[in-house]
Amino acid sequence: MATMAQAIRMALAYGEQHLGVTDIFGEDVGPPLGGVFTCTQGLRTAWNSPLDERGIVGAALGLALAGQKPVAEIQFSDYIFNAIDLMKLAANSTWSSGGEFTVPLVLMTTVGSGVHGSIYHSHSFDAFATHLPGWKVVIPSNPLDAYGLMIASLKDGNPVMYLEPKCLLRTKGLERIPGEPADERELRDRIDAPLGDRSQWKPRWPALLEYEVPLGKAKLCREGTSATVVSYGRTLPLCVEAADQLAAEGMRFDVLDLRSLMPYDWAAISASIRKTGRVLFVNEDTEVTNFGEHLLRRTIDEFFYELAVRPRLLAGRNVPGIGMAPTLEDASVPQSANILAAMREIAIEPA
Amino acid sequence: MRFVRSVTTCADLSVHRFHWMTQVQEVPQSGRLSPAMQLRIHELMVKSRAAEERCIQMSKAGDGWFWIGAPGEEALGVPLGLQVKKGEGLDHDFLHLHYRSSPIAIAMGLEPIDIIRQMGAKATDPFSRGRNFVNHYAVRRWNIVPMAPTIETQFSIAVGTGIAQRRHGGTGITIVNGGDGGTHEGDFATCLLWSIRPGQELPILMITANNSFAISTPACTQHGVSIAQRVKGYGIPTLSIDGNDVHQSWKAIAEGMAYVREKRKPFFIEAKVSRLHGHSSSSGANRVNEEDPITRFEQSLIKGDVATRAELDIVWSRYREEMADAYEQVKREPYPDPSDVERYMYAEPKENYYNPKPRNGFAE
Repeated sequence: MATMAQAIRMALAYGEQHLGVTDIFGEDVGPPLGGVFTCTQGLRTAWNSPLDERGIVGAALGLALAGQKPVAEIQFSDYIFNAIDLMKLAANSTWSSGGEFTVPLVLMTTVGSGVHGSIYHSHSFDAFATHLPGWKVVIPSNPLDAYGLMIASLKDGNPVMYLEPKCLLRTKGLERIPGEPADERELRDRIDAPLGDRSQWKPRWPALLEYEVPLGKAKLCREGTSATVVSYGRTLPLCVEAADQLAAEGMRFDVLDLRSLMPYDWAAISASIRKTGRVLFVNEDTEVTNFGEHLLRRTIDEFFYELAVRPRLLAGRNVPGIGMAPTLEDASVPQSANILAAMREIAIEPA
Repeated sequence: MRFVRSVTTCADLSVHRFHWMTQVQEVPQSGRLSPAMQLRIHELMVKSRAAEERCIQMSKAGDGWFWIGAPGEEALGVPLGLQVKKGEGLDHDFLHLHYRSSPIAIAMGLEPIDIIRQMGAKATDPFSRGRNFVNHYAVRRWNIVPMAPTIETQFSIAVGTGIAQRRHGGTGITIVNGGDGGTHEGDFATCLLWSIRPGQELPILMITANNSFAISTPACTQHGVSIAQRVKGYGIPTLSIDGNDVHQSWKAIAEGMAYVREKRKPFFIEAKVSRLHGHSSSSGANRVNEEDPITRFEQSLIKGDVATRAELDIVWSRYREEMADAYEQVKREPYPDPSDVERYMYAEPKENYYNPKPRNGFAE
């Protein structure tokens, strides 16, 4: 099975072949490296930019305004902050011009913890991303969704922020990507750049097929009535794992993978909350002014009298960064044990 | 016709001299402007000024909330606007303008009443539907991309249209302008840096209108060297001109454009200009004692027997009356409907993005 990095690469190749992608660029995005996480290896339109985040986002915006279809990357969301001005402009150019111009671009950036990235390779960006109205925001938790969300993002015609949970980029999926060879060694041989000299190397893309995960549609990963768990990105597989473990104790959870943060699938969240009366939101961004807090607020606004127990948010600690020591990282962002405990607690609390 | 190569107000910047004659010898001479063209330029300068004066009156009368604009930049902007390769798409010039660009836009054919509409934040404002400050245009049919008051970001965005035009070929170029204060921002360096990547040079004409102030901060207290000197460090050909002189502006822009169109490489112009009503309405927008480029041009028209004072006065009367009529019309036009607030957020009809039920007193 393809890794998430391979899935993104294949979706971008599909975008080049079928969706008119003109530029895939950013720091180390082009050859020889093809991205520090290999997501852009072998892509025909990939090129290296100066180490200048404002320039990268500005160039993407300009390319989009000129009718091109750019995909830009900020290598780590930890370094995206000096480009916020340009990201706001990408977000508001359609609105502020009264619909005169549109901004069809995709901005990829890696997010989150789990790779011992210390203070500046572990940032989450979901709260900031969803605080820029005008962007659409997606975050996959498995390779197939990574493929389908990228294709949907490329087809959308609006600025789409594509958040890549960096600790999942090398994980393999359970479902095959349409067009992916059955033998994963064959896939590697076809699309992974060789070590050493790559100057003569060219990928042999498999015959990729279109597969879209519509923006704004959550995925129900586990089904149950004990409680609703809503998550995305790195913490999503941990929630699924916890749900499977708690099944042994007789608890059954609805586990929703949000996949899109803007627009987000409020219909799916609402339906599940109505069913269970209990909801736990899980993400790893810092807890103050967290995107999960918005979901909590809306839950209270709309379902206060239907809730069996208080709704909850399990999020990262409100600290300036994630420490290098494993003990500090584990204490900063939700880990399996925290998630399991929170899920058990909300499921068994008397109504 | 005079061609002063260097005009600065700060003594410590006057060491700067320019070398365009050796750097861009291949640029064709544009020749002397015909009397008819001079009169056309004058008319557009007055038209632009009359629109700005009307906006200033509106800001003082409470018919608008904020004014910022270009009185004092007409001798630079009109010659630029008239030489733009106007149209939509990569074969035409892309314009990344800032908020002192009304002479450029009006020379391109923009109707002043639309500026009045944006000043009044009316639903009829074709650039932003009542959303943005005055003099923030967005005109797709002329490649004027959406403007923002985020200083100098247009220089980062210009890189993108420059890349697209480099790839496309032809003679369309990217034109980006800003003020002297804006050059302090990293976006200015971004544009310089990205436009000279080896083998990836970009067809961008960069123009800085140096009015000697960043709001209230004198440029000479912040610029260790002239802006053009900084740009020269990037190996980009530069011209420094007296932007209050129509003839100098015309020639410099013609040369810069010809170079960029043909060579597909960047070119930089620093133009000294006046700022006749201060930074914006925030500082009162009262007339200040700086050289008026229109007065200067009119003196040359009269001296050169191109026009009489009486003929020039007719032009003023005509546009002032036109602006008064436009103002009366715009006054009767509506503000955007409150329901318009979420419109145009996305390129497509909105789907299920965050759209809560009305609450907390907000209108539906």
